[in-house]
Amino acid sequence: MSQSRQEPTIIRRILITIALWYIGFFLVLPLMIVFASALHQGVGVYLSSLHDPMTLAAIRLTLLTAVVAVPLNLFFGIAASWAIVKFDFRGKNLLLTLIDLPLSVSPVISGLIYVLLFGAHGAWGPWLKAHGIQIIFTPAAIILTTLFVTFPLVARELIPMMKTLGNDEEEAAITLGAGGFKTFWYVTLPNIKWGLLYGVLLCNARAMGEFGAVSVVSGHIRGLTNTLPLHIEILYNEYQFTAAFAAASLLVFLALVTLVAKSLIELKFKAEQMPLLKGK
Amino acid sequence: MFLLKQRSSLPGFHLALGYTVFYLSLIVLIPLSTLFIKSSSLDWKTFIDIVSAPRTLAAIRLSFSTAFVAASVNVFFGFMIAWVLARYRFPGKKIIDALIDFPFALPTAVAGIALTALYSPHGWVGRYLYSWGIESAYSPLGITLALIFIGLPFVVRTIEPVIQELDPELEEAAASLGAGRWQTFGRVLFPVLLPPLLTGFNLAFARGIAEYGSIIFIAGNMPGKTEIAPLLIITKLEQFDYTGATAIAVVMLTISFILLAITNFLQWWASKRIGIN
Repeated sequence: MSQSRQEPTIIRRILITIALWYIGFFLVLPLMIVFASALHQGVGVYLSSLHDPMTLAAIRLTLLTAVVAVPLNLFFGIAASWAIVKFDFRGKNLLLTLIDLPLSVSPVISGLIYVLLFGAHGAWGPWLKAHGIQIIFTPAAIILTTLFVTFPLVARELIPMMKTLGNDEEEAAITLGAGGFKTFWYVTLPNIKWGLLYGVLLCNARAMGEFGAVSVVSGHIRGLTNTLPLHIEILYNEYQFTAAFAAASLLVFLALVTLVAKSLIELKFKAEQMPLLKGK
Repeated sequence: MFLLKQRSSLPGFHLALGYTVFYLSLIVLIPLSTLFIKSSSLDWKTFIDIVSAPRTLAAIRLSFSTAFVAASVNVFFGFMIAWVLARYRFPGKKIIDALIDFPFALPTAVAGIALTALYSPHGWVGRYLYSWGIESAYSPLGITLALIFIGLPFVVRTIEPVIQELDPELEEAAASLGAGRWQTFGRVLFPVLLPPLLTGFNLAFARGIAEYGSIIFIAGNMPGKTEIAPLLIITKLEQFDYTGATAIAVVMLTISFILLAITNFLQWWASKRIGIN
């Protein structure tokens, strides 16, 4: 870097120090206190508090939610990015804005709209009740709100990535006689796999960690409609701090795995795309 | 709405777009529209009464003021962090860079209890703050601290790529024309960085007024004092006051959409300024 783009050494050192202190104070301390509080009474208590049947039930529901929500939004993400990137049509910008909409909606409002739709006094509530169907305060409502809050996460990763890759390779495959599905499977998918994986990881992290939206529709029935984040809230409010932080440590672990995977995927993608992009 | 005209030799357009619009309607548009249908059944006076009630106004004011302060703090320090990450080399930089996204990846409830444990009267940080008479938990300050945690990645991740892509010639030209480093920064770089700074502020602010999970543990949730707007919506719902919940939700959602429109405008402005897309 040339001299004209550098600050004096002393300024650089001061800026780096302030940045590190800020990150240490606001990001590292909260990370550390979760593990410190979880292990506060020793590893034995930590493990036994995770073995609680209600905690296990919450983990199971959290996994179920992610197992349903992530593939559905993955499939949508692929369809949406294919339509948006590979073709030109009017209303594309509107469609992009609408896809991102759930990110601008407060989690509480995301839950509220499902209560207004399916709740006892909601738009479809009386009809559902007459047919003996209950959605609010069941796992179904938790999965629906999770679908809403994680809706754009895969599509948002895929669209910019597919844009930079362009259509040339797919067009070549089609010209050479490959079918649409074959082209997608053998040409597009290998190119976008890292972006896809990152989108899935983000979607999964959010699906397992969503709190506000799920809290509105869950009803907090222990063992039935409590996801792991909701269970943490209950434990915390009952002053079972060690158990609350033990459960929280699982989600911190998930977050850290997501971050590490993100960094690895970025390196991998850069390494693979360098020759491709340079050739253009 | 969509003019179905494809300019591409690739297959699957109707299927992909059809499914996209179908799934979008099912999961997002229909549920979201119920909020507006429900609110249209409110008459104007009821709506105004709910929204202008002292408790509602206090909650909205609290959400706005804490989100504003937190976003401002983050713009200042986030800019500094983005600059340091984009320009300098130091040991552990890769880890620090990855860590910036931690608040994105961390479930808000976990953030909430962790921050409360830190800032409560007996917490690692709280015990010092309280001994100096600073109430860092169960107060507007506690809410602001939680929003600083939540908002940081929005600011850093908006500014960092712009700093990385700054044309070196800009600064070199300024320097060769005799500008000092500070002058170059103020007159040449800052105008280019202003749109992304405002975008980052806007994103962090929007997230702040919508935030729930990380705040409710540290807020104390006293009506009129430390009750944020999203919590008031939940309180009304729990009392089966659907009308009240809907009215406040419509106000908050409208503000969110305005902020989204401002963000889109800022990005358009930034791309025009830098001259790249």
